[in-house]
Amino acid sequence: MKLPVYEVLIIGAGIVGAACAAACAREGLEVGIVEADIVGGGATAAGMGHLVVMDDSEAQFALTRYSQTLWRRLSEQLPADVEYDGCGTIWVASDADEMSAVVQKKQFYESRGVPAQILDSHQLHEVEQSLREGLPGGLLVPEDAVIYAPCAARFLVEQAQSRGAQLHCPRVVTEIAPDGVRLNDGSSIVAQSIVVAAGTWSTRLFPGIDVRPRKGHLLITDRYPGFVRHQLVELGYLKSAHSFISESVAFNIQPRKTGQMLLGSSRQFDKDSSEVDHPMLARMISRAEEFIPNLSRLSAIRTWTGFRAATPDKLPLVGPVPGHENLFLATGHEGLGITTSLGTAELLLNQLLRRETEIPAAPYLPGRVYEGVHA
Amino acid sequence: MASRPAHFDVLIIGAGPAGIAAACCASESGARVGLLDNNPQIGGQIWRGESQHPSHIEAREWLQKFASAKIEFLASTEVIDHLEPGRLVVQSVGMQSGDDVRELTYRNLILCTGARELFLPFPGWTLPNVMGAGGLQALVKSGLPIADKKVIVAGTGPLLLAVAAHLREHGAEVRLIAEQAPRHRLARFALSLAFERAKLAQAFAIRRQLSSVPYKTSCWPIRATGEGKLETVFLRTGAHTWQESCDYLACGFHLVPNTELAALIGCELRGGFVQVDDSQRTSIAGVFAAGELTGIGGVEASIGEGQIAGYAATDRSGSTASLLPQKQRLDHFASLLKRTFALRDELRSLPDSETLVCRCEDVKFARIRNHSSWRDSKLHTRCGMGPCQGRICGAATEFLLGWRADSVRPPVFAAPVQVLAIAGSSQSQPDLVSHEEFR
Repeated sequence: MKLPVYEVLIIGAGIVGAACAAACAREGLEVGIVEADIVGGGATAAGMGHLVVMDDSEAQFALTRYSQTLWRRLSEQLPADVEYDGCGTIWVASDADEMSAVVQKKQFYESRGVPAQILDSHQLHEVEQSLREGLPGGLLVPEDAVIYAPCAARFLVEQAQSRGAQLHCPRVVTEIAPDGVRLNDGSSIVAQSIVVAAGTWSTRLFPGIDVRPRKGHLLITDRYPGFVRHQLVELGYLKSAHSFISESVAFNIQPRKTGQMLLGSSRQFDKDSSEVDHPMLARMISRAEEFIPNLSRLSAIRTWTGFRAATPDKLPLVGPVPGHENLFLATGHEGLGITTSLGTAELLLNQLLRRETEIPAAPYLPGRVYEGVHA
Repeated sequence: MASRPAHFDVLIIGAGPAGIAAACCASESGARVGLLDNNPQIGGQIWRGESQHPSHIEAREWLQKFASAKIEFLASTEVIDHLEPGRLVVQSVGMQSGDDVRELTYRNLILCTGARELFLPFPGWTLPNVMGAGGLQALVKSGLPIADKKVIVAGTGPLLLAVAAHLREHGAEVRLIAEQAPRHRLARFALSLAFERAKLAQAFAIRRQLSSVPYKTSCWPIRATGEGKLETVFLRTGAHTWQESCDYLACGFHLVPNTELAALIGCELRGGFVQVDDSQRTSIAGVFAAGELTGIGGVEASIGEGQIAGYAATDRSGSTASLLPQKQRLDHFASLLKRTFALRDELRSLPDSETLVCRCEDVKFARIRNHSSWRDSKLHTRCGMGPCQGRICGAATEFLLGWRADSVRPPVFAAPVQVLAIAGSSQSQPDLVSHEEFR
């Protein structure tokens, strides 16, 4: 039997792997994709699909802003089921201290060319009437958006396929070999370069890397069009997202194009079970009720959990593995994989082709933390 | 949920024949027994309305037993969540505030959640007045005027005859009963019933009642049409197709067990049904199951299983010995039913590209049929993501495409967000991080 041979083999058809495949195929590379389950079925399906520019570090800002620009450019080509909605984000302050943080946040964004508008208490209530009265205000970032990520991943895979990429699905990679990969059915795929974009599963192929699963809960309601109009996130979200040890919840609600409300978020380490953790879910809801008292009356249809691929320095691992010239990582995106998938793909493509990257690649290189990784 | 949860030695979910029998038998021991149902009255689907106007002898007997037994009936109540072994969260049906959320605790739990109708999508099945056979019967019981309406009853199984007889009793003009099973299988079924004199007598009685109604075998609906509501049904038998005008089409393609709560609790399922032993014990300690969710066997089997479960859950398994031969006989009947009324392959090609499969999310058959699994289709087309949580399209696609639905997550039924908050906060675990961290 003739083995399939590719210039690039991408392991994982989540949003990151799918974006990498689309970018590589666009450049004319011969691309193979191996997916163990279904396209966009892991963290991609579990997440919120919030395309958001973050400001907690220059490196995170650079990758999220770069990616957001790419999403905006792509948005006109996206099919309707990707549900791209440029609804923007409002970072909601809950007290005077947070309101002063809003001012700093606006300066950070504006000095880097990202439009942002401060809303006072009155304006905030005007645009988001479900929020409780008396909140001091917030920051509207109008270029942020929302997508339905599983369909976005499928769209990107189909784009790659239309340029000749081959999807091997469902096939599980059991081992990375010098010339390609071995699969669980005993067969092999030969490839010149391999990209591991398998999210939290990446550690099974690379036992040495420090990517930890970080559990999250989500809840979706029945349809209440207009209940909220922007993605609303509490300003304290950053503290929640970036404390590496503790369990935490933060208010984060998203209006879907269907009229449904998607409610997050929680973060927990060291949880193996994907079961819904009732106390955690309850804390997440109570936190949200502090901002939206009427939330409690909406009808909840489903709850679920997912696992983010978290790294210790909160930045993804994108680029070649030290000592393995043809082995690349594209994982560790924590809660920002959907936003940063497109930026990641462009970085990776240029690294594969040994070309200059559009934004500095150094902050995301696996070599920054993993000198001695063995495949 | 400020007040202390009500505690039951035996808590029974579902007040159909199995649940009523289980409750009666469990209460004989003097145990504190609770019976919960999402309807305002006991009776379930099959004995709906019997508590006001008894018509079946068997129903009357059990309802009398129930009335004289010491059983707490929790009416119009549904289970939303299972927190941990021994603890359930319930709320009143239709309450939107979450104010009446309660926790119930139990030592033993008996699941008698029954079954629902299988709806098969075909062109026009979403037109007004195309209904489930059991659904139309229930509507007539609650007062829908059916006198002089032309009705076609189609699908499979003994339920069709019972529904047709009931509709006729209320003045409907039943134009046709279309049974998809072939005549030779029905003949074999009738022969096997020779040993089931009661069932045979019942069947003859119903058939006599329906003597003037045409009964076609190997016959099924292929399309329904009408302006704004049903006007015409197209039917097929063999290579022959024809049309009938009518006011209602009552479809019953057999039953789907309600296993959602059992699955959430972690009970093992096999072939879509809850696995039980001879004492109706599931794979989870302290959890029993009886009735249709363990296998579609009809009222008599449900009552027998309910009795066994009621005794077993009160540690009086001695009382069940006499019930076992009957259980085995009825198990045999259940497998006979399954064989006789197995759905024919042609029904898998009923939907065309434009036929809606998921009514909640408006998903057409063309969009789902090339996906690899239920989850694949759900994630990429939204099929099954609506308020019914895939209860209807999940069962349909299982038949049409061989898919198995997802794992069950809370809430078991759509419920106010508040219910999930209260449910989780009542759990006795320390608050891990205070909210101060975010200020």
